[in-house]
Amino acid sequence: MSIYSDLFLTFSKIGSFTLGGGYAMVPVMEREIVDKKGWLSQEEFTDILVVAQSTPGLFAIDMASHIGYKYRGVVGGIVGALGVALPSIVIILLIALLFQSFKDNIYVEKFFMGIRPCVVALILTPCFRMAKSAKITIYNCWIPIVCALLISLFGVSPIWCIIVAGIAGFIYGKYLTIRQ
Amino acid sequence: MIFLQLFITFSKIGIFNFGGGYAMISLIQDEVVNKHHWLTTTEFTDIIAISQSTPGPIGINAATYTGYTAVINAGYPEWAAILSAVMTSLSIMWLPFILMISISKYLIRHKDSLAVANIFTMLRPTVLGLILAAAIMLMNVENFGSPTDSTFEFIVSCTIFILSFVQGTSYPYDIALRIGRTHYLLTITDTTQ
Repeated sequence: MSIYSDLFLTFSKIGSFTLGGGYAMVPVMEREIVDKKGWLSQEEFTDILVVAQSTPGLFAIDMASHIGYKYRGVVGGIVGALGVALPSIVIILLIALLFQSFKDNIYVEKFFMGIRPCVVALILTPCFRMAKSAKITIYNCWIPIVCALLISLFGVSPIWCIIVAGIAGFIYGKYLTIRQ
Repeated sequence: MIFLQLFITFSKIGIFNFGGGYAMISLIQDEVVNKHHWLTTTEFTDIIAISQSTPGPIGINAATYTGYTAVINAGYPEWAAILSAVMTSLSIMWLPFILMISISKYLIRHKDSLAVANIFTMLRPTVLGLILAAAIMLMNVENFGSPTDSTFEFIVSCTIFILSFVQGTSYPYDIALRIGRTHYLLTITDTTQ
């Protein structure tokens, strides 16, 4: 089997069997890439993890393209990213095509009516879980609250919140180093 | 031209997405529901529900589905919607990919650098705020029912919400449980009405 098809199949396997988004993929990727295939060392994998967290884009895609890139250059990166994304695209398209014809069914409609409040709870839960890893304290808890209010009440674009927060963090860091 | 707009919008969402799929929900919501009105709130909520319960990155799932539904809603045939779905998912991937290739060596060398760490001390709480905003904006009459016009539906919705929230998440067992509970609650709704 050629290297690229091996790369593609490995990542599409990871993409098609991991439920629950990007972070759930990390241990699976580690087992496949570092332990089984030996494409990267443990240290290289950890480096990539850090970089993927600090660059924009979807975490799983960042990881896959980065691992592929490290292993086989630009083509490897593209193959890795497409590998992890393709199963999702195919599965969602099949569901979308199917759903299109069931959409007006009364039971499907009722089912989704019941599931909608659930979705809101499912967005809120990881938010509270992430508060720990985002190091939220009594001193910086105003940031998420103000940001959420700006977006939901005043219609500020989330993109602006991201830009302002990034610049503010950079300036605050500079200020701290100057004061030392 | 909806295809070009989708491409630009999702490229933008891709490059400003820090902090994973859940933060992306807020970005997609702002652009797709609030600004461009390609989807209604309920359609968007259903897309998130499906994205959460299918394998793969939530962001890719949501982008694919949004690309499909937006084009169908605009009155295009199915094949155009399929093309658009594929294009939309690729749109969120390409800019971060180019950025990653150009700065990954630099970032690995400076991964312990203070500037990057400082930027993230502000970005992480902000991303949390983004997710919070997405949840707040989804708590509306379309998703929960109106407390005055459809009181019973509203109470059922709130009960489902509290139950799901208290219980936390552990996929995929949880999804199955939730679906079961929903069915149960809907049966009650059916018999009482």
